[in-house]
Amino acid sequence: MTNARLLPLFATIAIFMLALVICFIQFPNMFSTRVLGNLLTDNAYLGIVAVGMTVVILAGGIDLSVGSVIAFSGVFIAVVLRDTGLHPMVVFAMLLAITTAFGAAMGGLVHALVMPGFIVTLAGMFLARGAAYMLSIDSVPIQHEFYDVLQSYILLPGRGRLTLIGITMLVVFVIGMLIVHKTRFGTAVYAFGGGEATARLMGVRQGRVTVMIYAFSGFMAGLSGIVFSIYTGSGYSLATVGTELTAIAAVVIGGTLLTGGAGYMFGTFIGVLTMGLIQVYIVFDGTLSSWWTKIVIGALVLAFILLQKALLHLARRGNEVAYA
Amino acid sequence: MLLTVKNLSKSFLGSRALDAVDFDLAAGEVHALLGENGAGKSTLIKCLTGAYHRDAGTIALEGEAIDPRSTSQAQDLGIGTVYQEVNLLPNLTVAQNLTFGREPTRFGLIDARARTRLAREMLDGYGLDIDVNRDLGAYSVAIQQIVAIARAVSLSGKVLILDEPTASLDAREVEMLFKVVRDLRDRGLGIVFISHFLDQVFTISDRITVLRNGRRIVTEDTARIDRVKLIEHMLGHALESEVEARAGAAAPEKGGRPIAFSFRNIGRQGVIEPFDLDIHEGEVVGLAGLLGSGRTESAELLYGIRTAQTGEARDANGPINIRNPRAAIAAGFGFAPEDRKTDGIVADLTIRENIVLALQASKGWMRPIPRAEQNRLADEYIEKLDIRTTGREKLIGELSGGNQQKVILARWLAMNPRFLILDEPTRGIDVGAHAEIVRLIRALNEKGMSLLVISSELEELIAVSDRIIVVRDRRHVAELAGDQMTTDTIVRAIAAPDANPEEAA
Repeated sequence: MTNARLLPLFATIAIFMLALVICFIQFPNMFSTRVLGNLLTDNAYLGIVAVGMTVVILAGGIDLSVGSVIAFSGVFIAVVLRDTGLHPMVVFAMLLAITTAFGAAMGGLVHALVMPGFIVTLAGMFLARGAAYMLSIDSVPIQHEFYDVLQSYILLPGRGRLTLIGITMLVVFVIGMLIVHKTRFGTAVYAFGGGEATARLMGVRQGRVTVMIYAFSGFMAGLSGIVFSIYTGSGYSLATVGTELTAIAAVVIGGTLLTGGAGYMFGTFIGVLTMGLIQVYIVFDGTLSSWWTKIVIGALVLAFILLQKALLHLARRGNEVAYA
Repeated sequence: MLLTVKNLSKSFLGSRALDAVDFDLAAGEVHALLGENGAGKSTLIKCLTGAYHRDAGTIALEGEAIDPRSTSQAQDLGIGTVYQEVNLLPNLTVAQNLTFGREPTRFGLIDARARTRLAREMLDGYGLDIDVNRDLGAYSVAIQQIVAIARAVSLSGKVLILDEPTASLDAREVEMLFKVVRDLRDRGLGIVFISHFLDQVFTISDRITVLRNGRRIVTEDTARIDRVKLIEHMLGHALESEVEARAGAAAPEKGGRPIAFSFRNIGRQGVIEPFDLDIHEGEVVGLAGLLGSGRTESAELLYGIRTAQTGEARDANGPINIRNPRAAIAAGFGFAPEDRKTDGIVADLTIRENIVLALQASKGWMRPIPRAEQNRLADEYIEKLDIRTTGREKLIGELSGGNQQKVILARWLAMNPRFLILDEPTRGIDVGAHAEIVRLIRALNEKGMSLLVISSELEELIAVSDRIIVVRDRRHVAELAGDQMTTDTIVRAIAAPDANPEEAA
């Protein structure tokens, strides 16, 4: 028998397949490289931030600040590019340093004050949004020739566009998989989600790991902000409100246990694609209101929470039977 | 000697947990550490593993003085510990657990194949044929326990401390674990074995050390030690000075009274073997046994804190439901738990509020008890039970232990229960209050209430009980009444070896 924790991942993949089949039956012409390219491009910022969120949730935490950090990133990039002559790459480096430090500071507080990540990152959410407002209330357009380079794409057969930001998301997912499944840090992340006290007894340096987890999420939020600024070509302090919740939903639909300790980075990738697919379907249908996306996502999240509960229950019953 | 402890002392807030304790452990021996609650076993272990820092004394490992400041430091020195609750992560694979913190890496990334190989090597010789790439949580507690031992041995490799490793294992699993322990002993490890199960201690250990009240009482070869003597050492009763505490061998005719409650075949797997119990009206039944023997567990089944898997309960009118505490309360049961600080009192409520708590709960929150009635109840019991307080609105947390216990008693008396269970009603109470509680118990059962009293104080139990049931290794093993109720017979009943010791789990 395979590990029970693989089951949610299988469920994630099965739902994605089911969604594909439904789409194919209703709109056969949906399967084009064009739709595929757009799917990756439109969800690039969400996918990247979901990679960071997956790590935080696997460790049993949560990061509510990422939506605001993405907005802050966009405004920061736009304002600095407008007001100074710095090259975008330099601005990106500055931004990533800021958001990583911001995440690390939140992780430090979570550890030092023994506070739930929920509370600390809630404060971070307001702080980052406020900082974005301080930089600019209006939407600031980004005009820099380097951005034209960043917005480039590879033309796929069938006139699909594989954009740089779409590729970035794919690369980030691969890196995320390596980090959680192939490094000691990743094992420590799972250990944290499995039980903090036990992880400590097994030699995990709690403070260091907590800081690293939130710093990673902060870095990913910054990177997502860069990608979002390339995607929209502007920075706006009111953008990406609630994106942190969408990211959490993608992680849950990806089969990760919301209480931590079990899940796969690949599941999150499929979760993001599933959510994107629902949107594409609604666009193709044309008669449905876009609010249906939210309803379907809500139903999926609920279904996954129920599935996880049922698995937990079954596992416990299985243990008792084994005992008797 | 592999490990030598001399004159180890440790105090907490002025109270001595360990008082100049000597302890030694040879390579290739299993040394059992015995003692009741508060004897100092866990303090000694924690000083050895670096969780506590000793106040005085020396610890030497292989002749060299050591001073572990943390569990990981002790681990590096060679002292590994496995606890009752497995301290590994059920959501990681067996291999991940075994290699945690020293995973083999290639180019900075974990080499999964090398990890599997390393894990298999670590498990080699433990007689486990398991897939190391499955989640640890998928395996039984016994296998998890052995994995934990394998990890501790490979990390430390000199001293292995097993703290109640068999507490949740069945007989077959205990045998599996013991085989591993014997192999490790033969490989030259020094093993400290802590358990409440005497039969297991006699089966596995080479030497036994008994602690009581923070002092070492005796260290003896297992083969030479007498079981009765051992229990005397643990409980601190000298049988020669047998106290005839029985106040006039009260009322032997109680057996002739009608049966108030009869429990048949009540049991739960891994908690207590099914037992029968009849309780007459106005009778006090005592439960005697060592800590962890199943006395508290018996009471918990009767009160529905844990649901019995088998058996049924009846009163004079037919079957009654005791599947959960609410149902038990409705059936007229009351329960004053052992740990009154966490399970009994609500420290931030006043005496009055604590007294009416159960009564109010049974009425339901829609029908509040009028304040005047609450006041009357509180005042009545404060006077009746002689609760020393400046008034009924004082917070219960500010009272002394004995007075808190009286408030808990009052809470149940206000319910006017038919059957009251008192788990260690006199623990942590000063001598004066002690006598009063005993007097109260006596007075209660004269009113026709039936009681079940659990206590480690054998004299006290004899003084209050009409009958005493002896619990050992999760079984009710003897019932004593009348003249048989002496500390001597109780100790002998607790000490009696089992016909089949390996089945003692």
